[in-house]
Amino acid sequence: MSLETILWLIPLPPLLAFFIIFLFTYRNRGLSHWTAIGAAVLSWGGSLYLLWQALGIEHFGEHPITVSIPWLPTGITWLNIGIYFDTLTAVTLFFVAWTVLAIIVYSVGYHNYGKPKGDHDVPGLPPHGATVTDAHGHKKTVMSIEPMYARFFGMISLFAFGMYLLVVTDNLLTLFIGWEIMGLCSYLLIGFWYGKPSARNAMIKAFMTTRVGDMFMLLGIVYLYSQTGTLSYQAILYNEEVLAQLASTPAVWGLFGLSAAGLIGLLLFFGTIGKSAQWPLHTWLPDAMEGPTPVSAMIHAATMVSAGIYLIIRVFPLISAGMEHGHLTPTMVVIAVIGTFTALFAATIAIAQNDIKRVLAYSTISQLGFMVAAVGIGAYVAAAFHLVTHAFFKGLLFLDSGSVIHGMEHGVFHTGEHVDPQDMYNMGGLRKKMPITFWTFLIGGLALSGFPLVVAGFWSKDEIFADAFAHRYWVVFITLAVAAFLTAFYTGRQITLTFLGKARTRAAEHAQESNWVMTVPLIVLAFFTVTVGWAGIPGDFPIIGGLIPSWFHEFVGSSLLEHPEAVEFSFVPLLTSLFVALGGLTLGYFIYRKVEAGAPDPLAKPLGPVYTLLQNKYYFDELYDCLFVRPSKWISEQFSYYFIDRKVIDGVLHAMGAFVGFFGGFLRNYIDKPIVNGLGDFFGESTKKVGQQSRLLQSGRVQQYMIVGLATLAAFVTLVYYLLVGAK
Amino acid sequence: MEFITEHLLSLILFTPVLSAVVLMFIAGDQDKLIRWVALGLSLIPLALSIFLWVNFNSDQAGFQFQEQYTWYSPINASYHVGVDGISLTMVLLTTLLTPLSILASFTIKDRVKTYMVLFFLLEMGMLGVFLSLDLLIFFVFWEFGLVPMYFLINQWGSEKDTRKIFGREINARTYASYKFMIYTIAGSLGLLLAIQMIGVVTGTFDLLELYRVWPSISEGTLFGVPVVTVKAFAFWAFVVAFAIKVPVWPFHTWLPDAHTEAPTAGSMILAGVLLKLGAYGFLRFVLPLYPEESHRYALVLGFLAVMGIIWGAFSAYGQTDFKRLVAYSSVSHMGFVVLGIAAAAYAINTQDAAIALEGAVLQMFNHGLSAAAMFFLVGVLYERTHTRNLNEYGGLFPLIPVYGGILIFTSMASLGLPGLNGFISEFLVVRGTWPIFTLFTILSTIGLLFTGAYILKGIMGVLHGPLNKDWIGHVSEINPREIFVIAPLMVLMLWIGVWPAWILNVIDKAVIWFYGIY
Repeated sequence: MSLETILWLIPLPPLLAFFIIFLFTYRNRGLSHWTAIGAAVLSWGGSLYLLWQALGIEHFGEHPITVSIPWLPTGITWLNIGIYFDTLTAVTLFFVAWTVLAIIVYSVGYHNYGKPKGDHDVPGLPPHGATVTDAHGHKKTVMSIEPMYARFFGMISLFAFGMYLLVVTDNLLTLFIGWEIMGLCSYLLIGFWYGKPSARNAMIKAFMTTRVGDMFMLLGIVYLYSQTGTLSYQAILYNEEVLAQLASTPAVWGLFGLSAAGLIGLLLFFGTIGKSAQWPLHTWLPDAMEGPTPVSAMIHAATMVSAGIYLIIRVFPLISAGMEHGHLTPTMVVIAVIGTFTALFAATIAIAQNDIKRVLAYSTISQLGFMVAAVGIGAYVAAAFHLVTHAFFKGLLFLDSGSVIHGMEHGVFHTGEHVDPQDMYNMGGLRKKMPITFWTFLIGGLALSGFPLVVAGFWSKDEIFADAFAHRYWVVFITLAVAAFLTAFYTGRQITLTFLGKARTRAAEHAQESNWVMTVPLIVLAFFTVTVGWAGIPGDFPIIGGLIPSWFHEFVGSSLLEHPEAVEFSFVPLLTSLFVALGGLTLGYFIYRKVEAGAPDPLAKPLGPVYTLLQNKYYFDELYDCLFVRPSKWISEQFSYYFIDRKVIDGVLHAMGAFVGFFGGFLRNYIDKPIVNGLGDFFGESTKKVGQQSRLLQSGRVQQYMIVGLATLAAFVTLVYYLLVGAK
Repeated sequence: MEFITEHLLSLILFTPVLSAVVLMFIAGDQDKLIRWVALGLSLIPLALSIFLWVNFNSDQAGFQFQEQYTWYSPINASYHVGVDGISLTMVLLTTLLTPLSILASFTIKDRVKTYMVLFFLLEMGMLGVFLSLDLLIFFVFWEFGLVPMYFLINQWGSEKDTRKIFGREINARTYASYKFMIYTIAGSLGLLLAIQMIGVVTGTFDLLELYRVWPSISEGTLFGVPVVTVKAFAFWAFVVAFAIKVPVWPFHTWLPDAHTEAPTAGSMILAGVLLKLGAYGFLRFVLPLYPEESHRYALVLGFLAVMGIIWGAFSAYGQTDFKRLVAYSSVSHMGFVVLGIAAAAYAINTQDAAIALEGAVLQMFNHGLSAAAMFFLVGVLYERTHTRNLNEYGGLFPLIPVYGGILIFTSMASLGLPGLNGFISEFLVVRGTWPIFTLFTILSTIGLLFTGAYILKGIMGVLHGPLNKDWIGHVSEINPREIFVIAPLMVLMLWIGVWPAWILNVIDKAVIWFYGIY
């Protein structure tokens, strides 16, 4: 098979799996998960094969593979859709393939395959456990299988399809299709346990918040399409003429003094703000934790949020069109500001969260902020690199947290103690109970905090620092450094609270390591969390630089028209990076290592009201509720429906109806009845009267007729006589 | 065979009447027989339409399968029918939705024969509008379709509801059917006058003739009034008649009432086809007959379209009645049709106009599919629960998972999820409108945003939530007959979403030829 054919085929297996599961294998759990896994394996194999081949092609960056077919007739032209395979596609496919496969396999264990059916489980709520009697006649509660087991695998396959489609496609329209399909899947999966009110709200919140961004993005796509007559990457993004033309055309209405390229880039970036949960559309992502944990991993690592970053990296040529001598375009400045701000903002919230998944959720927002900021300052390769490493370590961390929760739930069932299995204050000392989970979590956590040398997160974060430093974006550099410090701090806090010290609840004492279906994916992801970083060790790094060729920069950078230059090595960003990572981790460890059961957060007192503010996420949910949610409800129900439609428009109609009725009544009572009817009645009545009167004459008596006849004759004769004779 | 090809359109048009006659010979108490015969007969126009579609040559310019017979010679009105790519898609939509609606009506128990006969008459009325190439014949069919619909709402509509008007409680279905009838007839009044005026001035009602003659009359006076003024009045007479039918904001308030009170199949046809008559009127009559006026007043029309998109979506979001929510969604969706038409009217002869019109026609077809499907699903639910209140369902998903899946699928098509049909047409309209009416395009996305809000509100109200124990044993899963109704619609939604070229190509070429773009 040619590379093109494989590329066309890559998204297909998960889509087929989706249909097969829902149409045929729904009732068979095992068959359903095997279908999903089989499909994921096919796409995974194809993706790796493609990357392998791509590495072997010389000057692949300059000569991407692209094929397209006509799809949408538009007047006399057609809009083509097709596949596009360049270095960025290749590395994105790499991390998507691994994380998706790992997540799907892990889900088999997470949803308790092979465990008995729950006693009171209903679809739409998480399993509550089943009572089993063992060989000795002892009753005990164990975990029970997810009631909607097959549905989960069907949906997650569709999710994977959306992401693969988005990555292999060659134009923004099909990218948008994949983008929205993922939106639907995230909606359905966040609300997988739709019986919980919180999940119901979260699913709608996720869909609607991202849709705000999507609407801007749609306008951006439409605008770009109107300007260039095409949406293909090849014809726009890798075409100097078109880029130059877009950069020199003023935007519609001369908006903000931007160029067309600038405004389009900005509109597309709004899509990223929504999908990658950047401030101010970040509120949905933490709530998305309501879904099963594999879904969180899917959203946070493999698909959704990565898609947003992929988009701005992909359209980077457009965003940076018109950039001269290192001066950022206005669009890039906006992107850099939002990314940097979000990185710090989300990191501050994360330090005050107690839910193990929520901490990770805010860390995702913050890390995505790093990538967005990197794109904003033109660090194209650094952003792509961090995207890849983040996908691995964040996927790992989420699956780890799922494993922790799973272990805790086991403890909860075992002891019958009613504690929240997700609250880190209920954990502690899990290191010994769940060794694999602990070690892999440690690797992921160190990567997140940028622990030097051994883990990938260090290399990619370091590259962003180096870029910001080398181009002298001091504000970005310093803010990101503070954010990185906080990141290391809350990661240290998380690891300490969860795994170190002593167990703070009985459930934590009885926590149990997850089975191999869940731990093997953890180990695989942990492996990549370490090794992927080696691809990007700068060549001039002290001592170890150059041991392994730094191909990532070369490889990914070469797909741009203007190959970005690697920044020169400097000790300042390196030392900064070392200081914040180690300092933050150490501080986190020392503050939280001795937290007792039931004790408040050690930071709550010193920070005071600030802590409350952080704990409540700066009250953004409440703010948006007041600013947007309630007003829209009011406008819809009271204004639009009752006032405009019912009162005004229908009021006018009813008034017209009433007027016609009144006018008709007037006509009837004052014209019709007295005049028209009156006249008619008058003639009728008078005729009738005449008849009645003259009826008296018709008595039927011949004598009477005779008298009348004679009298008439006499009168007539008299008259004639008078006229003829008397006149003379 | 030759007879069929030569009289194909007349056959499609009048088979429904013959079917109605056949039905009348069946004894009135044979409900089951009547239903099946009606279903069988309604498949004939569908088969003929598919035959028509296959034999239609989209590369050939002009109306095809034309037939013309003298009808009323003293005033030069003739029975003249023909199809192009625009009417062809509408004919297909009509003949597809009629059998599905009849199948959906199998639960009707009251006066089944009359009901089915009315349905066939309704089908003929709608087909006549799409096929006519003569203004007078068109008007006859236009008015004809009202009558069966009036009775369907008035006699078979929902029984329980009441509505308070000026302090008096009246039956909601009576109110709705009156409103529908009187509103539409009021609109048609001006249309009839304008048609007569055109006939008097030009001496013909033949549309092909009029396309040539009428727009070129631009100077001098008519009846002692400057031509420009006369034409402006005639233009608005046409526009108001069609605007009421579409319905364009603010002429839309009959729609939520009529759709909510109509029986399920009636709502399917109302939303699926009847609304398209108005939009079709704009495409077939207003734009080609009044190119200058259309250009001059396009901004007004575009503005009203955007108002419809936004306020329709808001009002839909403000509902607790599921059926009314779906009804309001039609106002919003049809707004996109009008927006596309308005933009094209403003800048006809550009590629943007071609794209906008293409999007508008496809949106008509798509809305026909998704709105009919949504109303059907609401009906399925109502038959089981006897309530339309979204707050009373609770979480029905565990009880009716298949229905739930179908509802989510259909809702997503209605929402315009990429990969399904609605997205393609909305994208084309937005794309075509952007360079012409940029501000309106931007504003219309507010409507798209709230489309998401009300669709999700509907899904949540019906499916998501803690299992409502009251419904256990009362709400049964969707049955095979009902799946047969919805399945063809779902297939088409997916097909158009994934591979739209088969239908867009036909529309595309027709639009380019008919409006003389390029």
